[in-house]
Amino acid sequence: MSNQILERPRSLTGKQFHYCPGCHHGIIHRLIAETIDEFDLREKTIVVQPVGCAVYIYEYFDTDVSEAAHGRAPAVATAIKRVSKDKFVLTYQGDGDLAAIGTAEIVHAAARGENICVFFVNNAIYGMTGGQMAPTTLPGMKTATTPFGRDVKKQGYPIRVSEMLAPFDGVAYVERVMVSSSKHVIKAKNAVRKAFKYQLQEKGFSLVEFLSACPTGWGMPPVEAAKWVEENMAKQFPLGVYKEVGLDD
Amino acid sequence: MRVLMKGTEAMAEAAIRAGCYAYFGYPITPQTELIHYMSRRMPEVKGVFLQAESEVSVINMVYGAAAAGVRVMTSSSSPGVSLMQEGISYLVGAQLPAVLINVMRGGPGLGNIQPSQSDYFQSTKGGGHGDYKLITFAPSSVSEAASLVYGAFDIAEKYRHPVMILADGALGQIMEPVSLPEHGLSKPSVKSWALTGAKGRSANKVLSFYLDPKTLEEHNLILQEKFKNVNEEIKFEEDIFDDMDVLAVAYGTVARILRSAVQRLRNEGKKIGFFRPISLWPFPEDALKSASRKSKLVFVSEMSYGQMLEDVRRVVPDDIEVKFYGRAGGVVPSPNELYLKLKSLLEGGM
Repeated sequence: MSNQILERPRSLTGKQFHYCPGCHHGIIHRLIAETIDEFDLREKTIVVQPVGCAVYIYEYFDTDVSEAAHGRAPAVATAIKRVSKDKFVLTYQGDGDLAAIGTAEIVHAAARGENICVFFVNNAIYGMTGGQMAPTTLPGMKTATTPFGRDVKKQGYPIRVSEMLAPFDGVAYVERVMVSSSKHVIKAKNAVRKAFKYQLQEKGFSLVEFLSACPTGWGMPPVEAAKWVEENMAKQFPLGVYKEVGLDD
Repeated sequence: MRVLMKGTEAMAEAAIRAGCYAYFGYPITPQTELIHYMSRRMPEVKGVFLQAESEVSVINMVYGAAAAGVRVMTSSSSPGVSLMQEGISYLVGAQLPAVLINVMRGGPGLGNIQPSQSDYFQSTKGGGHGDYKLITFAPSSVSEAASLVYGAFDIAEKYRHPVMILADGALGQIMEPVSLPEHGLSKPSVKSWALTGAKGRSANKVLSFYLDPKTLEEHNLILQEKFKNVNEEIKFEEDIFDDMDVLAVAYGTVARILRSAVQRLRNEGKKIGFFRPISLWPFPEDALKSASRKSKLVFVSEMSYGQMLEDVRRVVPDDIEVKFYGRAGGVVPSPNELYLKLKSLLEGGM
């Protein structure tokens, strides 16, 4: 006799992810989908998809999904939540999407305290367009558009999104996590759960930032890329809770 | 009951009575009274009002609310509408209904806050990226503006396509008596495609993303086929004779002024006709072509340097001359100015 201890989350369609080997999007998708199932929210969830590698999220999530133009997901999600308060609304955004072209939208959605969850995937690079510099690219890091390494005197400094958004009064919960090892995956899952609870308890805006590997964009084997997240990205972008207003019991 | 209302406020109230559930906006002159009005009235009807951080956000909020299946509207003026073009292209691509009001002002760039008609190309020829046209109606009175807004929600839903009411600063600001239908006359339809949570059905996806070229071409062909049916929404006003010396053509506020000039010349016994496109896209091609055949000459006036003029030239037979008079930068031509232009034409001048 064998007992099934793990199955595909019901909120995922089962379509095979297209992501590159070692990319963390798949793990993050799964954590969110599992949490949708745990809270029995599949029939209430509206996912707002990003532009970038995760633009295909509509193929993978078996929930209602809205596309958004590059960077505009927080505005789209704001309206969806405001006209349908009984629905569970989340955005899934990359670093170019959220921290470059969509900075205004994320800042104002946070400041207004929109009761939505934002899952922010920070891999320090533009993956889909071929590995260009992101607002989160580390100083000295080589990308397709910083071939000599990011020179902060020329290209400025990385934006720390969690630190930037946490101080807004409308923000209920912000935590930065990574999924580079099983220990961290468990911690990340708890952060996702907590973000869900903040929306379900109508506490306001919540954001979970995932430090994520882009082995292809970084030009590294998957295992080395995961190690690089821990050794380099987590230094630039320290893990932890940046804001937590508290949940009801 | 007829009440005295400003153009902007009449359009706002008409939208609410047509079942507009959500309004998103950003202040810009000369349409700020519309957003003021909505900020007061939307909470009264238990709808959603939100002042966003930019027109870029506004149009994406419109997108979100439309995707969720509710009747949604925004309003802006020329520079603000320019910022919305990305979102309008997405609305079209994702086949989402919405009502958009552009109270045009002088441009290009920051321009000024006076009335203008220089966004005709932007509204009727695309504006954003991709192959599309925007359903565009141009009122020439406060009462008509309200009536067009009222019908716009139904048309937007019928085609799953955004509808623009192209007004101008003069129309936004003037006060006129207007009669508005009461509440409850129009009921928004339940949309099978809307994002309401996948309860008891397969998941709905609101997308304009089709990576495979053949699939995207098929999607575009569906849109093009839909655009052909929009011809059912053609609206125009004409007052013509079988043998006219001049057919005067204009839309919106200029049409109203031109009408006065035409009337004055008629009182003087001149054979002059009048044609006013109300739907700018779809353009009343057949009607204008047929009317122009009865005239020796066609005269077009606009508060631009000739944007609708291109559509008029496209449909008027080649052997009929088309003359144009335009003012721009926020200058509104006076009835006497247009009268003198027409008179000069009738006397073989201009």
